[in-house]
Amino acid sequence: MKNGSIAIAVSVAAFLALLGAALGHDALFRIHFWIIFAALALGALALFRQVSFAPAGGGSAALRDDPNGYMDGVVRYGVIATMFWGVAGLLVGVIAALQLAYPDLNLPPFLNFGRLRPLHTSAVIFAFGGNALIATSFYVVQRTTRARLWGGLLPWFVFWGYQLFIIAAATGYLLGITQGREYAEPEWYVDIWITIVWVSYLLVFLGTLVKRKEPHIYVANWFYLSFIVTIAMLHLVNNLAVPVSPLGVKSYSAFSGVQDALTQWWYGHNAVGFFLTAGFLGMMYYFVPKQANRPVYSYRLSIVHFWSLIFMYIWAGPHHLHYTALPDWAQTLGMVFSVMLWMPSWGGMINGLMTLSGAWDKLRTDPILRMLVMSLAFYGMSTFEGPLMSIKAVNSLSHYTDWTIGHVHSGALGWVGMVTFGSVYFLVPKLWGRTQLYSLRLVNWHFWLATLGIVVYAAVMWVSGIMQGLMWREYDDQGFLVYSFAETTAAMHPYYVLRVVGGLLYLLGMLVMVFNVWKTIRGDVREEIPLGAEAPALKPAE
Amino acid sequence: MSGKREIDEISGVEVTGHEWDGIKELNNPLPRWWLYTLYGTIIWSLGYVVVYPAIPGLTDATKGLWGWSSRADIRNEMNMVAEGQKAITDKISAMDITAIMADPEVRAFAISAGASTFKVNCVQCHGSGAQGGPGYPNLNDDSWLWGGTPEAIVQTIQHGIRDPIDPDTRITADMPAFGKDGMLTPEQISQVGNYVLKIAGLGNDEALATPGAEVFKANCASCHGDNGEGKQDMGAPQLNDAVWLFGGTLQDITHQLNTPRHGVMPAWEARLGDTKVKELAAYVLSLGGGQ
Repeated sequence: MKNGSIAIAVSVAAFLALLGAALGHDALFRIHFWIIFAALALGALALFRQVSFAPAGGGSAALRDDPNGYMDGVVRYGVIATMFWGVAGLLVGVIAALQLAYPDLNLPPFLNFGRLRPLHTSAVIFAFGGNALIATSFYVVQRTTRARLWGGLLPWFVFWGYQLFIIAAATGYLLGITQGREYAEPEWYVDIWITIVWVSYLLVFLGTLVKRKEPHIYVANWFYLSFIVTIAMLHLVNNLAVPVSPLGVKSYSAFSGVQDALTQWWYGHNAVGFFLTAGFLGMMYYFVPKQANRPVYSYRLSIVHFWSLIFMYIWAGPHHLHYTALPDWAQTLGMVFSVMLWMPSWGGMINGLMTLSGAWDKLRTDPILRMLVMSLAFYGMSTFEGPLMSIKAVNSLSHYTDWTIGHVHSGALGWVGMVTFGSVYFLVPKLWGRTQLYSLRLVNWHFWLATLGIVVYAAVMWVSGIMQGLMWREYDDQGFLVYSFAETTAAMHPYYVLRVVGGLLYLLGMLVMVFNVWKTIRGDVREEIPLGAEAPALKPAE
Repeated sequence: MSGKREIDEISGVEVTGHEWDGIKELNNPLPRWWLYTLYGTIIWSLGYVVVYPAIPGLTDATKGLWGWSSRADIRNEMNMVAEGQKAITDKISAMDITAIMADPEVRAFAISAGASTFKVNCVQCHGSGAQGGPGYPNLNDDSWLWGGTPEAIVQTIQHGIRDPIDPDTRITADMPAFGKDGMLTPEQISQVGNYVLKIAGLGNDEALATPGAEVFKANCASCHGDNGEGKQDMGAPQLNDAVWLFGGTLQDITHQLNTPRHGVMPAWEARLGDTKVKELAAYVLSLGGGQ
């Protein structure tokens, strides 16, 4: 019995975690391994008891994995995980925003801003975004190669292994276990685990490409593959570290000083470039033409912008270290590569938006397509803003201010979030064998809540960040700085409160989506007037 | 390529002939504006790389035609400001604080400079408006622990209070822990606490305050003065007013009698230099207090 051997393998893993919990050199290591043991033990228990997570009515033929057809079970799990971690990550974001506005909400030690902040960033980037990328890449690569996922049960290992990584990383942050490297906070043993999972992911993806039944490899798969390969390389180099003990949490980086900073930002910037840009462009290249039902605008543009994007991006990291101890020449190169990156980034936006030529009228009736188009608009905006902010003169104002936070969120909420939402709305009815979503009107609600949330968030952070930067550099007529740091934080308070409002709107939209997805999975269909079909009745103003 | 390629009906553009899961690709050329903008950024970047430090070698990097460096840039800017201010900072350095306060031009500059230094170094304890907080004195009022004359303020900033390193720091004797060390009984502490409230005019229990006067005379008056007027040369606070560093309730005063806390301020002369210390003193004096 296949299930039995997997259950035994998970039990062995749980036993190893138990050994870690018993033999750990420091208390944090023992606590952390108790948590990992608990997660694995629950998994083993579920396997032995053959718990089924299929939804009610899940016995239908559409949901049974046909061993000769596409492997969609793991994609379904991925979609649910995306929804779950999306809500969790956004919620922690709102709490962290509240803590910045009202510092009394810091609850030491576990729920301090310093621990919740990496929890938020990792939850939205790696848990929400990562699950979305893994799930959609598994779906897309099968359709565009006409081949079942390679590797037998390996895709399932990728999925569950990735969830274990998320749990280990998240609980580690709350316990205070961190390498202190932005977006690479997990300590060495979690890093090793995710390396194993990630290499498995690469094998599944490559294996599927190798056995494809299409002569050519579709552009979406180039982007997915570049994302998987580059993230592996970035992760391995940036996390080179020496553990203090094989049974302790602490490790020390192999790099020091400015080399360490540069390695970290080479990683950090390319996590944005390859995780949040290339990966999601892969998603865009499948779901936009599918939803619009139009051919991709330009094959040539897709080739040129793909190669120029991945060539330019990898050099742009030093722009995170302008005006620091980093030598001037490295700052120069970081800046010029960022500026040259502008058009390669926009190539994806052009190809996405122009794919709609001949189908623009669909925006009136199709809120899913509207979401995808909005995501491209935000993609275009933030990939213009990025090169702009990398220019040293601009950076001298924007660096270390909330402008950076606003920039990141217009990209993360606008591009990454919206393109994921659109893709999931496309996927859910197909994955669960439903003819349509529960409600398109709710998608419309989600669209407006999310858009309004992003606009509030980004606008508020621009104002706050530029004000902050101007206050820091303001001199009086005798050459003395005018403001103390505390005065700048006091001035930012109203914007911090408004930021919470923007975040709440976005979270609310996500909750509407979860409801809609859940009802769709159950097979319900809401009785509603189709979008754009009703004759608008003239009503007197209230 | 043969001319038999399929043409997309809506756009009239031919498709490439590939198809994946129903997705086709149009054979549109690169948008011209896109390509020229890309070339433009590349040309601009090449120019930038030539004039600024950019290409690394084995031990060093190209300096760029303009010879610019960020370190030289900041050094020049700082020197320029320092040179512009030199005439007046030289004066401040040569004058004592009384003379500074007497010369309107020098005084105005010193206050600006002091305010800026204060915002970086002092606001953490004394607050953005120098209003103080529990345990940190308000500098806007006329109540001074260690003296409010220009010279006393300079001395306090120079050497700090109870600074563990500066040998000239301002410290005489710390207030004894009357309660903790058993020098006074709890009853006596309650009595003297009420007496202190009485001389401060904060409302008290008269029955306790009366015997408290005797306790005060025997134990407290030597530092705080016969009437609780304080002694600035010892840093002993005035008690017969409404200004309280660690709080003015009976509970706060009792706490201070049992286990006293003592204010600590770092010595700044070694870190900021004599000129900046005088500028800070000028700023503090400009806040309205000072004697």
